[in-house]
Amino acid sequence: MPRLTLVTAGPLGRGYLERLAWRLSTVLPHAVIVAGAPLNLSPAWDPERGQYHSTRILELLARGETGEEGSRTLGVVGEDLFVPILTFVFGEALLGGPAAVFSPVRLSPTFYGLPRNKDLLLERSLKEALHELGHTFGLYHCPRDCVMRASANADEVDLKPARFCEACARALPA
Amino acid sequence: MDKASILVVDDEKVVRDSLTRWFGEYGYRVSTAGSGKEALGLLSERPFDVMLVDIKMPGMDGLELLRRTREAVPDAVVIIMTAYGTVDYAVQALKQGAYDFVKKPFDPDDLARLVEKALEHRGLVAENIQLKRSLDQVSQFDDIVGDSPEMRDLLEMVRNVAETDSTVLIVGESGTGKELIARAVHAASPRRYMPIVPVSCGALPDTLVESELFGHEKGAFTGAQYRRKGKLELADGGTLFLDEIGEISPKTQVDLLRVLEERAFTRLGGHEVIHVDFRLITATHRDLEQRVAEGKFRQDLFYRLNVVTLRCPPLRERTGDIPLLAEHFMKKLSRQMSRRFELIEPEAMELLQRHPWPGNVRELENAIERAMVVGTPPAIRARDLPVPGPAGGEGAARPGGTSLAAVEREHIQRILLKHRGNVTRAARELEIDRVTLYNKIKKYGLRRE
Ligand SMILES: [Zn+2]
Ligand SMILES: [Zn+2]
Repeated sequence: MPRLTLVTAGPLGRGYLERLAWRLSTVLPHAVIVAGAPLNLSPAWDPERGQYHSTRILELLARGETGEEGSRTLGVVGEDLFVPILTFVFGEALLGGPAAVFSPVRLSPTFYGLPRNKDLLLERSLKEALHELGHTFGLYHCPRDCVMRASANADEVDLKPARFCEACARALPA
Repeated sequence: MDKASILVVDDEKVVRDSLTRWFGEYGYRVSTAGSGKEALGLLSERPFDVMLVDIKMPGMDGLELLRRTREAVPDAVVIIMTAYGTVDYAVQALKQGAYDFVKKPFDPDDLARLVEKALEHRGLVAENIQLKRSLDQVSQFDDIVGDSPEMRDLLEMVRNVAETDSTVLIVGESGTGKELIARAVHAASPRRYMPIVPVSCGALPDTLVESELFGHEKGAFTGAQYRRKGKLELADGGTLFLDEIGEISPKTQVDLLRVLEERAFTRLGGHEVIHVDFRLITATHRDLEQRVAEGKFRQDLFYRLNVVTLRCPPLRERTGDIPLLAEHFMKKLSRQMSRRFELIEPEAMELLQRHPWPGNVRELENAIERAMVVGTPPAIRARDLPVPGPAGGEGAARPGGTSLAAVEREHIQRILLKHRGNVTRAARELEIDRVTLYNKIKKYGLRRE
């Protein structure tokens, strides 16, 4: 069975990771495990932007993952992420593997001044995690009713389902 | 399939790299050039659908490159990238035929929309969608279960109305699956590759409905720290589903009517007129005609919404579907809960078919879920169902109430009694570990003997 290793960094809500790991294990064929030690993010910090550079984090994560038999490493980072040309990114992935990263920071309604909603945050996190992992299996954005649909804001994340369409699901390991 | 091609021209490597990766996720073919000269070299070899050009580069700057590009390829779509303080140049660039400009760093939302618009301009997006449509023949009615004549008629109507772009009003009691029907209409319509955007009007305080529908600009009101798109904008190209439409205030009725007439609106605190193209589906459990007669719902809006009416039958009018539905929910929930239930005992099925289901399909699903939480796999039994059974029978009214906690408490108490307070044996039958059982005994204040 392929492994999915969750590597954490930054502040995450209590119970959040366990619930996310459980939900991922129900959708993916992977055995989901949580890495013992958190990732040191300091090489990815950009003092000018006051954010973390997601591509740097991907490089750190990819070092530990061989990608054997469909195994992947997913960074779950409780800090705001960016790539140089964009104001922020929800996440980023190495197209075709072996690592991906996403941040729940801008998925939380509290970021937009709305009331706290743990269930919504988990649902959005599950979708972003699946989406970025989809990229590691070589998937591009998909126009169907599918988690691989592009979403550039949190509301658009709500509009897609937390599953792969039939065509995209074929790219996942069996 | 031929993917759109994009050329990124910027002297900064990090910009080229970031955009290559970002567009790569869309499946676009991305090429890069570090200077205007290099870009012209690439352009002489082959055309690109969209070019993103940095305005400030050493040597040949973006304006110069734009000029030369348009000499060689008059219909080139060039988007100018500007940094802080170069907006004047950007205006100049627009005059010289640039398609549009974006300010660095880009909001991903803006960039995605801009490139999509540019590709649409090139006629590429429409083509792609058409191609995908012909490849995709998945029927998406799987979630709607039922073989009764009532459901067959309804689905037939769904198919017919889906092809058109008509406004649809879905009526039916609570829990009859009005949202599923709305989704089915959308899924079978030519708009299926764009989103369906649901808004539950009844769940929102009136003050929030406006900002939810129309969106707002940054600073439009206290707490509006970010620009936020409204549901109308998110539904552009797709379907807007307004649930519980009977609940909206007179003010929102007027606003909505205006949008339906003009197909345009402005965000709260904004001036930009935003044009939208969506299909409208609404639903209500109320008798809207009566609300109109009572003066609580505008007649002109009612006529606009009620072009085609679909009626979701209550479950008691299609009891023949109950076994199919119950089994569908059992299978679905088995997967979700990782509890392997395989059958529904005949006695339990009888009970399900006799119950009047005032809460309709939703109540039925909840009943199956409760039975699966308190019961033991592989069979759903009558006594685990939260519906009253034959008088004096085992499934009769529950003294402790029907909340999940009450049912769980009662079930644990029963199992404990059965094993005379032996926690190890009770835990084994309940398929939970002993620590969990001790915690539950404590939580519910149960007796062990
Ligand atoms: Zn897909
Ligand atoms: Zn993506």
